[in-house]
Amino acid sequence: MTNLIDLEKKINSELTTKINKTEINHNQIYVDIDKDDLIDVILFFKTNKDMKFRQLIDITAVDYPEEQQRFKIVYLLLSHELNQRMILSYHIGENEVIPSLTPVFPSANWMEREVFDMYGVNFKDHPDLRRILTDYGFEGHPLRKDFPLTGNSEVRYSEEQKKVVNEPVKLEQNYRNFDYESPWEGTKYIKELTKNEKKN
Amino acid sequence: MKKKIKNLNLNFGPQHPAAHGVLRLILELDGEVVEKADPHIGLLHRGTEKLIENKTYMQAVPYFDRLDYVAPMNQEHAFALAIEKILNIEVPIRAQYIRVMFCEIGRILSHILNVTTQALDVGALTPSLWGFEERETLMTFYERASGSRLHANYFRAGGVHQDLPVGLENDIAKFCESFPKIINDLENLLTDNRIFKQRNVDIGIVSKEDALDYSFSGVMIRGSGIAWDLRKSQPYDCYSELEFKIPVGKNGDCYDRYLCRIEEMKESVSIIKQCLAKMEKGPIKTFDGKISPPSKKEIKQSMEALIHHFKLFTEGYRVPNDEIYTAVEAPKGEFGVYLISDGSSKPYKCKIRAPGFSHLQSMDYLIKGHMLADVPAVLGSLDIVFGEVDR
Repeated sequence: MTNLIDLEKKINSELTTKINKTEINHNQIYVDIDKDDLIDVILFFKTNKDMKFRQLIDITAVDYPEEQQRFKIVYLLLSHELNQRMILSYHIGENEVIPSLTPVFPSANWMEREVFDMYGVNFKDHPDLRRILTDYGFEGHPLRKDFPLTGNSEVRYSEEQKKVVNEPVKLEQNYRNFDYESPWEGTKYIKELTKNEKKN
Repeated sequence: MKKKIKNLNLNFGPQHPAAHGVLRLILELDGEVVEKADPHIGLLHRGTEKLIENKTYMQAVPYFDRLDYVAPMNQEHAFALAIEKILNIEVPIRAQYIRVMFCEIGRILSHILNVTTQALDVGALTPSLWGFEERETLMTFYERASGSRLHANYFRAGGVHQDLPVGLENDIAKFCESFPKIINDLENLLTDNRIFKQRNVDIGIVSKEDALDYSFSGVMIRGSGIAWDLRKSQPYDCYSELEFKIPVGKNGDCYDRYLCRIEEMKESVSIIKQCLAKMEKGPIKTFDGKISPPSKKEIKQSMEALIHHFKLFTEGYRVPNDEIYTAVEAPKGEFGVYLISDGSSKPYKCKIRAPGFSHLQSMDYLIKGHMLADVPAVLGSLDIVFGEVDR
């Protein structure tokens, strides 16, 4: 394994303006960039003779609904030659369109489709941006934090209509989410009750 | 008069025995030659990642069994390692050997299934009958250690759930003696078999460059001649203390991948033997009461143990703010967990990187220009299990 600290120095000296922050943790290098520099930076990591991050391991997004820049897009890269891993990331707002990596890595195709399916992030110049994991005709983006765990619709075979139908979810018992985090202060609704009492 | 010739669209699956699960493959055929393949996946999508975000770390482990259900413990391993790295806990040496041993058992489980069903796809029935008997034996080892044949839920952050029952080590050792003969039998049936070779040699060739570009890992990349195995290059647990070889292919076709799998099974047997020899009596999980639950006996006697037990099974343990990617060499390739923790007892985000996903994506590239009858052969050598592709 080449030294991570040397690698970090090299990245910072070669890409000075395009890198916001680098960090070494858990034997991996974390690189923070801007959305617009994505293709340049990835191409540099892929082709530069001292980098050789030849494999794109995965692309994913993380949802932070409270923040202005809602999604963090993450690229995991691997260099066989250096035997190092890199985690590349940047933040975008909800309706921003990001460049597709498919011209650089063909394997980005499905990974980007998955991010589109799960988070509703749009990719520019993607050859085939369809849903991938969810059902045909599915609505919503399941991995967003505001998507309910039970989903919005359930599917069944209707004997009357002789076909499969989608209906809103009806549960005999609601999904129960217990708040164990701080049992000694009481659960959320008790907290709210006591707050209201204080107001009165 | 000229006749217009139109390409034929063929629907392969979702209920097809050679699709190895629920794959819907839409093939565009020109005569018998495949022009384009468009795999439709997601028919087994269960929302594992969403569910894990809503469970405590301990409750999330069983979901990993249900990804690649032919080698469950290898997946649990990746998740356990991710948590251990964030929490910075030391795993007792006996637990490391137990985990590595069961991961290798998982590798044999997966490779037997793949090799024999691939033979089945190209027309040989006997290997699967012989192979499945051995799988059954291996699954009883799973059962004796964890209580269930498939969905083990055995690995924990900081070790394993329970120690091995009396006599299990002896039985695994006996298996290691008898199993190489079965591999030889399988090889006698297949390796030089004329039909098997006709169906697999020079089919689905992957070049080195393309193996990298398409994010291949595991046997798929080694079959193309790239010596890359995470057990050697980025060793985890006690792999650095074990001796084993990494079989590498030459041509990158289906036949080389088959040979790699056969050789890997032999290496796995040797790893299991080494684990059994090096394993000593000792603790099987970390002593940190904030992470691993106390024994039943302690709960009866110690107030602190009782409190720990209660807290662990209601709130679960908390994992500090962090972000990590850990990968293991699962039988099918690099299986990774990208985990973001936020200081609570539930993962904020847990992305599962399944090797089968990127392998299946290259289906179009692999099959273009091949005959329709090669589709099952290529699909078989990709080693697809839909539990992990669809998540």
